[in-house]
Amino acid sequence: MSDLAQAGNKDDRPAPDEPFDNASSAHRPLDLAAVRARLQSKTGKHYWRTLEELAGDPDFEELLHREFPRQAPSEWDDSVDRRDFLRLMAASLALAGLSGCGRAPEQYIVPYVKQPDGVVPGKPQFYATAMPFGADAIGLLVESHEGRPTKVEGNPDHPSSLGATNAFAQASILNLYDPDRAQTVTKAGEIQTWSQFLDAAQALASTLRATRGEGLRILTGIVNSPTLAADLQNILTLYPLAKWHQWEPAVGDGTREGAKLAFGSYVNTVYRPENAEVILSIDSDFLASGPGNVRYMRDFYKRRKLNQHAEADRSGNEMSRLYVVEPTPSVTGSSADHRLPLRSAEIELFARALAAKLGLGGTGKLAPDAEKWLDAVVKDLKKYPRRTLVVAGEQQPAEAHALVHAINAALGNVGTTLYYTEPVEANPVNHLDSLSELSADIDAGKVSALLILGVNPVYTAPHDFYFASKLRFDEKLKGKKVETVIHVGPHFDETAQYCDWHVAESHYLETWGDARAFDGTVSVIQPLIAPLYRTHSVHEVLAAFTDKPGLSSYDAVRERLKAANPTGDFEKFWRKTLNDGVVAGTAFAPANVSLKFNPASLPPAKESSAGELEFLFRPDPSIYDGRFANNGWLQELPKPVTKLTWDNAALVSPKTAQDLKLTHSIPSRGGEHGQILSDVVDISLSGSKVTAAAWILPGQAENVVVLPLGYGRKKAGYTGTNKGFNAYAVRSSNALWAANAPRSVIRKTGDDYPLACTQYHFNMEGRHILVSGTLDEYRKNPNFVHELQQAPPKELSLYNGEAEFPYNRDKWAMAIDLNSCNGCNACVIACQAENNIAVVGKDQVMRGREMHWIRIDRYYTNSVSATSGKSTGDPSEYQPALDHPDTFFQPVPCQQCENAPCEQVCPVGATVHSAEGLNDMVYNRCVGTRYCSNNCPYKVRRFNFLRFQDWETPQFKLMRNPEVTVRSRGVMEKCTYCTQRINNARIEAEKKNEPIADGAMVTACEQACPAQAIVFGNANDPNSRVSKLRLQLRNYQIMPELNSRPRTTYLAAVRNPNPELENP
Amino acid sequence: MAQIFHRSTNFISRFSVFSFLFIVGFAILAVLAAARSPYLTRQNITREQPVQFSHKHHVGDDGIDCRYCHTSVETSAFAGIPPTKTCMNCHSVLFNNAGYLEPVRDSYRDDKSIQWVKIHRLADFAYFNHSIHVNKGVGCSTCHGPVDQMPLVFQANTLLMQWCLDCHRNPEAVLREKPEDVYNMNWKPPDNQEEIGKRLAQERHIRTTAELTSCSTCHR
Repeated sequence: MSDLAQAGNKDDRPAPDEPFDNASSAHRPLDLAAVRARLQSKTGKHYWRTLEELAGDPDFEELLHREFPRQAPSEWDDSVDRRDFLRLMAASLALAGLSGCGRAPEQYIVPYVKQPDGVVPGKPQFYATAMPFGADAIGLLVESHEGRPTKVEGNPDHPSSLGATNAFAQASILNLYDPDRAQTVTKAGEIQTWSQFLDAAQALASTLRATRGEGLRILTGIVNSPTLAADLQNILTLYPLAKWHQWEPAVGDGTREGAKLAFGSYVNTVYRPENAEVILSIDSDFLASGPGNVRYMRDFYKRRKLNQHAEADRSGNEMSRLYVVEPTPSVTGSSADHRLPLRSAEIELFARALAAKLGLGGTGKLAPDAEKWLDAVVKDLKKYPRRTLVVAGEQQPAEAHALVHAINAALGNVGTTLYYTEPVEANPVNHLDSLSELSADIDAGKVSALLILGVNPVYTAPHDFYFASKLRFDEKLKGKKVETVIHVGPHFDETAQYCDWHVAESHYLETWGDARAFDGTVSVIQPLIAPLYRTHSVHEVLAAFTDKPGLSSYDAVRERLKAANPTGDFEKFWRKTLNDGVVAGTAFAPANVSLKFNPASLPPAKESSAGELEFLFRPDPSIYDGRFANNGWLQELPKPVTKLTWDNAALVSPKTAQDLKLTHSIPSRGGEHGQILSDVVDISLSGSKVTAAAWILPGQAENVVVLPLGYGRKKAGYTGTNKGFNAYAVRSSNALWAANAPRSVIRKTGDDYPLACTQYHFNMEGRHILVSGTLDEYRKNPNFVHELQQAPPKELSLYNGEAEFPYNRDKWAMAIDLNSCNGCNACVIACQAENNIAVVGKDQVMRGREMHWIRIDRYYTNSVSATSGKSTGDPSEYQPALDHPDTFFQPVPCQQCENAPCEQVCPVGATVHSAEGLNDMVYNRCVGTRYCSNNCPYKVRRFNFLRFQDWETPQFKLMRNPEVTVRSRGVMEKCTYCTQRINNARIEAEKKNEPIADGAMVTACEQACPAQAIVFGNANDPNSRVSKLRLQLRNYQIMPELNSRPRTTYLAAVRNPNPELENP
Repeated sequence: MAQIFHRSTNFISRFSVFSFLFIVGFAILAVLAAARSPYLTRQNITREQPVQFSHKHHVGDDGIDCRYCHTSVETSAFAGIPPTKTCMNCHSVLFNNAGYLEPVRDSYRDDKSIQWVKIHRLADFAYFNHSIHVNKGVGCSTCHGPVDQMPLVFQANTLLMQWCLDCHRNPEAVLREKPEDVYNMNWKPPDNQEEIGKRLAQERHIRTTAELTSCSTCHR
């Protein structure tokens, strides 16, 4: 009775004077202990996305059900009353109606004076280029509309791309058009001309030459450009006493130093994951970050595809198995078959123990659970001699890397699953030592001129270097420590403000350059557009200090390439290089290196006390080390695992959160459930303090706090400034990646901070959306997917779909292989770039109004195979479902239903069925009733609540895809299956009177996906890739019981756990 | 009690109820008519161009093919407005002193584009592709009218969606058999066009009405 009464009362409006927040009790903070208690009684497999969902909090569920709040605050939360509102509406309606009656203004056509060769107005062109990123370069084909680059695609001929890209490469186009970029040369903030800079540089050069370059220092990031390396070498020859320093904040020295420890010299490691049966990642996110990640993703997922019958897989294409041991869930770890959360300090012990178990000497002591896990891994590794792979992470110390080199050698993997080459970096050094030396030299007054090329040390250097104090006016000295500081960078950033000269740096799409990929392949970076502003490349800046000031980047790159290829017809070679996007034959040959390392000789590992907290510094998955901070697409991109946007947060495990009494709550805002009020903590480390919002992350190791880098910028631009907290502020040189500290360093302030998380809306509320199983289950019963679902017979429908739509020719369909999706987000940004999707900002994300046409849902489930890690044996303290869940990702674009619920309810026919089965969305008809969105069971429709597009900024006008309408306020939008691409493919095919070939039409998401998880094509063609996938037994529809018959189908995720590790 | 209203009020009230309906109806019709009027569609209205370029002279008198200037009409969505260079191919020799060609020579000399007033203007959310129409045998004059008789180009048709759909519902009526006829300004449908059109539609795999009138055919 009381339940019923409550249910009845739910729709009652509260008394008018009742404060809004009290209308619901969902503001109550999350109680993790209650979640644990509830879990104890829960059995069977269940999927969950948020802790509230797992807790089964009735208030939260009620919140989900209400699309609109009980007493909805007005859109703007301001005090316009109803009468004023109506008055305003009437006036604006009348005005809007009248303004629509006039004649359209005159437009002009502006043809070329002399049309460039090869340009066909209205047809995009593609040019090969490459995006340099750390010690890698991703080969690209960039789409250009009449000279404006608009979209980045992967270059199929480039080894690190093979046609795919990642989110960074996709979003880099927005960096080009970033209106906050530095636009000119400045001296002490005053605008200068380039020739003034050249004169000043030459004057400086002549004084430096007299002293053979004494006091000249150059600071760069990782240099993998042969031309830049040659330029720098040239400078060092001209100024023999000058020094070149390097600082790359988010790449550890462990990789380099580990190789040196193991082999006596720096070497580069290239992995071949497609050849490996068993892969063990020791805190390595090799599928989503680090050199070669796009390529590794492709190669790894080659071995995760399943054919129709599991039997076929036994012959030759056995699914590989991935073990990951890591402190915090990464993209790689989240898609692993087995994942073991361990503290970073224990991970080195894990590597030691593994080496010991393989008979390499040394010891490593592990907790019993981890020991059991390791035993199973060792057994598995030994089963496949020469066909296993062990990978160590970029943030791991040199010892772990050296151990992994020894382990790979002992397993016989060198030559099959990995090979060594000479370094990709032009001059590998220990970056921390390099930066320390530079700072010591500055303090000692040995530096008179400092050239900072493309890095931002004031923001990224360890805080105990006090780098800003080295550049700015010193009160004691009554002057500056360094006489002349020249900064070259894309933004007038934290470093630039303390420098004498600032040279605006050209984007990679604006200037010539070159870069080596992860395997050594050299690409020429070809500009797509002349610099938008008065920007210059680092080559030009360095040339200003030589006897050839004013040398262009083009000449620099060509000269270097000519010198490297003196024979033959250079022009022909040059043109072929530009066309292909790679310099043929420049991949490094495998090098013979001999292991000079004995694990037994390692000094014993440092003991860390278990009660201490471990603070880890990691590059942010969206904005990396902070270089993408002003990129709105990446800021709004939900981070792969946490699904947070616009902020970073101190990540803690549920257990640690309970210990530290950290929690969060959801203020009731009705349908707007993206805002989470999280507890704020002060973190004091090495004499510095930072204030951060906490975020509970299941699957993280206990007593670990992860502080993502890249946020809290002070001078990043409009979008990036003052977002999140600055983890660099507590990162010291003696604890670059992990800092141990007692619990007392973290202190609740009592405040809370709103975080924008996208997993709290578009919830599917317990329905079987995601289907997963194990390889064994699949083999025993390949039909397991469909036993969970029941689709009603076609006849049982009020719709007469197929009678009305015979789909004579093309019947477009998409299949998404959940086995291959690890949530890397490349598709989300690709879609955003292709379809002119707006950025809405944090406030709107908190109201659940982000506009991404494809969202990636992250699901947790109780692990089929969790070892309990730190289990105390008391189930009330440790539940695998909460502390160690399995993670799955599911991209959800518009399902393009054949019996589409949205189409039936649109009063103005703005969403209608096309003859090819697309749910056409007609913007010019839409009046914004939102009935379609209300009726969409998949929650894939996005509404322009406000005018989210920026129509004024001229740079963004250049960026937009001219093939797609830019939507305005009050219009519904959603995934169209890239209908502009379908149209163009259809027109091209029809001109030849041919059917559209399979693969001639690829959607933007499919094209970007490194794992080839998304396949699009014609379901009427039995030979198309998508038809074959749709025939697989793993193929399923979301919510078939609705009989909406989606065209987008999914292939169930099948993991390949080790039977030995599976819990009964 | 005396009557408050005069007898004539009956008539006035009846008349005003009736005329109110009439006025509303008329207003709706007026709006609809206005939207279709040449004032708003700009049908048949010539506009001043920076250069008094005459299609009548170049096409009608000189017989220059459409594709000499509109080079991308067979390959691209956009037919192409010729670069100044195309004008100068002839006019560096012919009429090279003519005063009204001064803007062309200025453009060529100063490397500044000529800004032509756009005559055929579709809404921004409609994506028209010239190449597919031309390749399937829809002639220029079907949409653009007798350009060879236009001293200054004007829009011969309304370019309203209704006008597009008329053809998309019945493309057979305008398909031309010979490829060279596509650019023929004097083409008239032969007497057996219905029969020819049906055959051509089949041969050229012209899509069905359902396909040609799907929203996403033109709107994205």
